[in-house]
Amino acid sequence: MKLSLKIWRQDSFDSEGSMISYQLDDVSVNMSFLEMLDLLNETLVQKGERVIEFDHDCREGICGQCGMMINGRAHGPLSNTTTCQLHMRSFKDGDTIYVEPFRATAFPIVRDLKVDRKGFDHIIQAGGFITASTGQPPEANSILISHQVTEAAFDAAACIGCGACVATCKNSSAALFTSAKITHLALLPQGKLEAAGRVISMVDQMDAEGFGHCSNTEACEVECPQEISVLHIARMNYEYNKALVFKT
Amino acid sequence: MKATTLQHKLWMSGTGLFMCFFLIIHLLGNLQLFLPPERAREQFNWYSHLLAGNIIIEIVAYVLYASIIGHTVYAILITRKNAGANGTKYAYDKRGAASVWYSRNMGLLGTIIFLFLIIHFKDFWYQYKFTNLPLDAKGNKDLYTIVVKAYQQLWYVLVYEVALIALGFHLLHGFFSAARTLGVFHPKYVKWIKILGWIYTLVITLGFMAMPVFVYLNSLS
Amino acid sequence: MILDAKIPAGELAEKWNNYKKHAKLVNPANRKKFDIIVVGTGLAGASCAASLAEQGYNVKSFCFQDTARRAHSVAAQGGVNAAKNYKNDGDSVYRMFYDTIKGGDFRSREANVYRLAECSAELIDQAVAQGVPFAREYGGYLNNRSFGGVQVSRTFYARGQTGQQLLLGAYQALMRQVSLGKVKTFTRHEMLELVVIDGKAKGIIARDLLTGQIERHAANAVVLATGGYGKVYYLSTLAMGCNSSAIWRAHKKGAFMSGVSWIQFHPTSLPQSGEHQSKLTLMSESLRNDGRIWVPKKPGDDRVPKEIPEEERDYYLERRYPAFGNLSPRDIASRAAKERIDAGCGVGPMKNAVCLDFSKAIKEQGKEKIKEKYSNLFTMYEKINGINAYEQPMLISPAAHFTMGGLWVDYRLMTTIPGLFALGEANFSDHGANRLGANSLLQACVDGYFIAPYTIPDYLADEMKAEKITTDHPAFAAAENEVKVQLNQFLQMKGHLSADHYHKTLGKLLYDKCGLSRSKEGLEVAIAEIKQLRKSFYKDLKITGDDKVNSELEKAGRVADYLELGELMCYDALTREESCGAHFREEYQTADGEAVRNDQDFCFVSAWEWKDKDPGHELHKEPLVFENVALTVRSYK
Repeated sequence: MKLSLKIWRQDSFDSEGSMISYQLDDVSVNMSFLEMLDLLNETLVQKGERVIEFDHDCREGICGQCGMMINGRAHGPLSNTTTCQLHMRSFKDGDTIYVEPFRATAFPIVRDLKVDRKGFDHIIQAGGFITASTGQPPEANSILISHQVTEAAFDAAACIGCGACVATCKNSSAALFTSAKITHLALLPQGKLEAAGRVISMVDQMDAEGFGHCSNTEACEVECPQEISVLHIARMNYEYNKALVFKT
Repeated sequence: MKATTLQHKLWMSGTGLFMCFFLIIHLLGNLQLFLPPERAREQFNWYSHLLAGNIIIEIVAYVLYASIIGHTVYAILITRKNAGANGTKYAYDKRGAASVWYSRNMGLLGTIIFLFLIIHFKDFWYQYKFTNLPLDAKGNKDLYTIVVKAYQQLWYVLVYEVALIALGFHLLHGFFSAARTLGVFHPKYVKWIKILGWIYTLVITLGFMAMPVFVYLNSLS
Repeated sequence: MILDAKIPAGELAEKWNNYKKHAKLVNPANRKKFDIIVVGTGLAGASCAASLAEQGYNVKSFCFQDTARRAHSVAAQGGVNAAKNYKNDGDSVYRMFYDTIKGGDFRSREANVYRLAECSAELIDQAVAQGVPFAREYGGYLNNRSFGGVQVSRTFYARGQTGQQLLLGAYQALMRQVSLGKVKTFTRHEMLELVVIDGKAKGIIARDLLTGQIERHAANAVVLATGGYGKVYYLSTLAMGCNSSAIWRAHKKGAFMSGVSWIQFHPTSLPQSGEHQSKLTLMSESLRNDGRIWVPKKPGDDRVPKEIPEEERDYYLERRYPAFGNLSPRDIASRAAKERIDAGCGVGPMKNAVCLDFSKAIKEQGKEKIKEKYSNLFTMYEKINGINAYEQPMLISPAAHFTMGGLWVDYRLMTTIPGLFALGEANFSDHGANRLGANSLLQACVDGYFIAPYTIPDYLADEMKAEKITTDHPAFAAAENEVKVQLNQFLQMKGHLSADHYHKTLGKLLYDKCGLSRSKEGLEVAIAEIKQLRKSFYKDLKITGDDKVNSELEKAGRVADYLELGELMCYDALTREESCGAHFREEYQTADGEAVRNDQDFCFVSAWEWKDKDPGHELHKEPLVFENVALTVRSYK
């Protein structure tokens, strides 16, 4: 099929960017969206132009490195799907496709569709861990955790850190990302001890990175490739309020 | 610990829920407007007088004023923070497909409600508190007549209906959003909050919307 | 040169303890005087960096991804093995050791493998303490499942995302050390050269992928935990960015490469669907617990798999290997699939796949149970192919997956360059000629959490008195210059073919000639063609863009290394005149197509030394001595 592409090109963080039009013929419906961009880049190399820079790595939906706004939606038209798992069969011959980077003040644009998501690392550094140094742990089965709690913790821990939640949020809030880690660790007995301090410092860090607040539109859950539930945000608020009241 | 947006949100939630509570009382009192005109006048004016003279109600009133102001101020603070968090605008934006419109437009709905409140306060609250209204048979200030006169004008009724629709959508999102900010995370309770939010919103919105229409239609017949 | 693996003395079960007892220590007050560079932030890299930082060393952690959490360990699905014997089904450290050494077709070191099994139980404890949500039973105890190639249930798992969960545990431990100031992370940095001073590894040259800046980093020891090089085939289950550059450039500085041609093809990957394809997505091997593998009995059957009646299906694994059936080890399952596909029985539009059928399991256990176990895999399958695998069989096919080969390391995981350590998939050590399922996460973690934190201090203890090296040393200037010369060369070339073109061409060649099966003629042809391809690469390559953010430039460097590595793979395969594990030489097979190993002549680990002339390599041999197991014919029948 033939496609018209309008792709955001921006040289560096502090330069101006704009949407540039490209035509691409011979796109197969079995291609993934990123393979379509590979094809476009191949034609750009042939023409001697600088290729379109975009982030990607595992191309199986788990590393979280890929991510762009496709036709105005985070990771494209499908819900709960990463960009790399979006296939061209979701588009029609003759379509015009708009491609832009994830945008947020906390995600500065590096070049073209590449953005810098270091803010997420900083949030984890603020307390998204259990203090358990190598060599310390007790026998694994000495900590009993019910099947349901484990499954619920897993649901939260499945976050791939792609940033689609931030990109699709009208406030560029990192609440879903932050809350998923808070829930994951607060649910488990191993992580409960540090829960109060963790939630306060992670929420503070989320603010310091320049992410917005959550207004519960729930758009993030729709776009999240791992279907992380917005109820984790409620859980984060609960843990935060609890810490406000009880933390000494 | 810094004063985070989450704390701002807690204030939004607290003030919002207080206003939700106030709306229930307000609605219950105003149901008296549906009585036959002569009884309604007497009872409504008596009720207004009762409220005006009560110290507890006085305190509640001050909390209400503070809530309205606090809710607005924090909304502005949060909105400014959010505007700062958004990077450059998307050239092509269809993010709306992932959420309902009113959840994304609480600021707009809130502004409509705020403008409405100015009119509402000026025409009733200010008149009652700071002007010399004629007295009714029982010697209470005759607020009823002011209300009825206002609702006899079609444009005025329409302004009310539009504002109340805005209020309805604001409540629909606000009620459950407040519960979420307070930290209701269990799926079972979240479901109940959703249902309760719908019932609350329908009762409040339809209840208030019916009043101007009722008075207006009565005046026609 | 005699390769000394430095295996500690004593009984097999006592060797690691003996090592630990005598390993030298560094005084806590002195630890902060040591800088350690860890390249790679996968399970091996992140766990090693965090563990060393916990001890008090200054760690610099490098990765090319935008954050440490994206390293490709994240994609491992199935699970991690540990000899906990929670299922009371006869498991033990020795049993696990034996399974692994047999699974590796007796081409790995007894002592290393035993240590791997010995440390496995502690890893589960460590991961649980970090908050890894392993599957649990209703009573709250940890659950297990069985995995290919063994007859016990020793695999711990977190749905189909075990690698992700383990990696997040290690990543979080690493982030904790970052917040404590003990680790400094250099994300979006690619190591392009190793700096060797007086024969010891003393630092690296890295390129900042955001600015294009070439940076010098000095350290007292360098750890390479950069994963495998399966991406040399272009089409593989690996991430697009996985590459061999770090280990290859270390190799060219003097580190030996071992078992280079031992590359595992994963039997349950999704088949190629066209020329445009950039990667082959893996479907977890755990699917083989409930899925049955078959092809149509008659070649060229064009019916939709669902419509082929039971009696016309050939469950070839169950037929050929009744004892292990669908759970046969990966090399065997992959080769059996290739055999059927080559015989014309393949299914799918390109006739390059076999069926993985869940109808029996769904009938017996119910759809809900299957959903609970594999829902993410079924969803992924549907996203990629638009096919609902609850209703019809999945189509799968073998794909390049894991490199058993890598940098030669001794028992301490140190390469032939003192001070240069290789961990995880980047080294060759534990899997022999074939890796068992769920052993790679284990090896990466054990190397990083439990082995390197003993052996690196053991090395550093003797470095206390060594002269402190700074980046002003001429060796750094020379290494930096080499890097800059190469990058400039790429940018100035005025050819007409992209780096991807060369990568794809090389990959196809290697799939055909040095893939699931190899032959002398094929390998000789491949070597000649790779030499040609390399010549063309340095003449016709075309790189656009500047020296800042430039993915084409990054690819060019990686492909340049693959073009040398690919040739060495062929040499390694050519000189190993036997069939063992993943290495199957057509000349060495039985009448019914089973591999014929030659313990008389090939019971050794190849260790290739880079020589800067033609032929580019010299072969050294580390003999494998088996004192505790008898070398048997590996039969899964």
